[in-house]
Amino acid sequence: MVPADRKYAKTHEWVKIEGNLAVVGISDHAQDSLGDITFVDLPKPGAQVRGGSECAVIESVKAAGDLYSPVSGKIAEINESLETVPEKINTDPYGEGWIIKIKDFNAAEFDNLLDAAAYENFLESEA
Amino acid sequence: MKKTVLYDKHIALSAKMSAFGGYEMPIQYEGIIKEHQAIRKSVGMFDTCHMGEFIICGETAVSDLEKIVSSPVSSIKQGQCKYGFICNENGGVIDDQILYRQGETDFMMVVNASTEQKDFQWISEHLSGTTEIINISDTTAKLDVQGPLSLRVLHKILKEPLVDLPYYYFKNNFFQDEKIIVSRTGYTGELGYELYCSTDIVQSLWDELLNLGVAPCGLGARDTLRLEMGFPLYGHELDDTINAAESGFNKAFGEKDFIGSKKIKESNNHENRLVGFMLDGRRSARHGDAILDLKGKGIGKVTSGSFCPSLNTACALGYVPQEYSNEGAQVIIRTERNEITANVSALPFYKGGTGRKKPSDFI
Repeated sequence: MVPADRKYAKTHEWVKIEGNLAVVGISDHAQDSLGDITFVDLPKPGAQVRGGSECAVIESVKAAGDLYSPVSGKIAEINESLETVPEKINTDPYGEGWIIKIKDFNAAEFDNLLDAAAYENFLESEA
Repeated sequence: MKKTVLYDKHIALSAKMSAFGGYEMPIQYEGIIKEHQAIRKSVGMFDTCHMGEFIICGETAVSDLEKIVSSPVSSIKQGQCKYGFICNENGGVIDDQILYRQGETDFMMVVNASTEQKDFQWISEHLSGTTEIINISDTTAKLDVQGPLSLRVLHKILKEPLVDLPYYYFKNNFFQDEKIIVSRTGYTGELGYELYCSTDIVQSLWDELLNLGVAPCGLGARDTLRLEMGFPLYGHELDDTINAAESGFNKAFGEKDFIGSKKIKESNNHENRLVGFMLDGRRSARHGDAILDLKGKGIGKVTSGSFCPSLNTACALGYVPQEYSNEGAQVIIRTERNEITANVSALPFYKGGTGRKKPSDFI
């Protein structure tokens, strides 16, 4: 089940609005595909990110993948606990495993993302 | 794509499947790290039915094999296993294999899945008329049961005790009155056994082990376990083009002439050396990444790399020139996304393995 309180990118990131911040993580499908996550290379707070561009690297035992920021904006906060406990992304991808928070984000880009039902359909079409 | 006879078992356990050596094989079940730890701390099993087995026998088997494999053959005792390479005339490695001496002139050779056909062809071409080779891969199933609790679990299901079986020896045993060969070998560094049986009984063997709590483990964990031990993987550390001497696995060579030995013993072929690297942190290097000296000059290539769960850091194997191969030497590894500093490290990376410990301590 994909949480309905947030939106999704076709590159398998989720975005949840909390106040004036866009919280970004990866979907359960994405963490499952990557397998055991061993390292996350996070951007610096204050860095500008562009919608659809790489902003972090997630490594697992078998693979490395890019995190694409679903929306443009400025990094407000990063989940520093992932530096020592990256497996939080595996165990709680929609909660404790959040990756970055973006401020001054582009609301129009957020609106264009998939809602939970559309993302589920997208996952089925990819399977 | 071929499937092993245990394919349905993997699907039933929702394994992630991927191509390996021409077979659709399980990469992981619940997770690579969990499976890795199961073998380091308890017991796990791998479906290795994809691997190849040949019977090589006849009055000239010993003298033919002395030419074909790099390790000494005549000194292998009956009931003993011996690791070695099959080399080409240039000293490149056609495959690495284990020879089981079943009788004075009877051997079983265990080879990699991806090279089985090539090996069979090569060996057949280099046997004299009085030695026979039979490919029994399709009717031979293989399961690797590895980990400190492996002996305890096998004692529950096999007829004969295994506790006196020394490292790299094998013995016939019985599972449900069917003959099975058990060797004290493996690819993990832990106390463990490789079981060879008929494809007819391997499914019930698998089920029985599963019921006893043996963790099914995929090729993902197999790779991290062997990397922590510095064991080579054919197609990565070893191939037809790399002179076997550079691999440094001197135990695989006998003081004898064999095909390729002339090129292997010529010192000018030894400019590179396979070494282990401990990387700075958890970021991993991968097969094919460039190794640079501290000035940024390319000096070699990574052959294997991964995060290593028992060491909590990333490790890699790769070839570099002799002058960079001393323990502690610093290099830079250029990955797809980063440059990571790394130090040459003695092998094995992981030193806590139970593989050569006294089995009686694990009953």
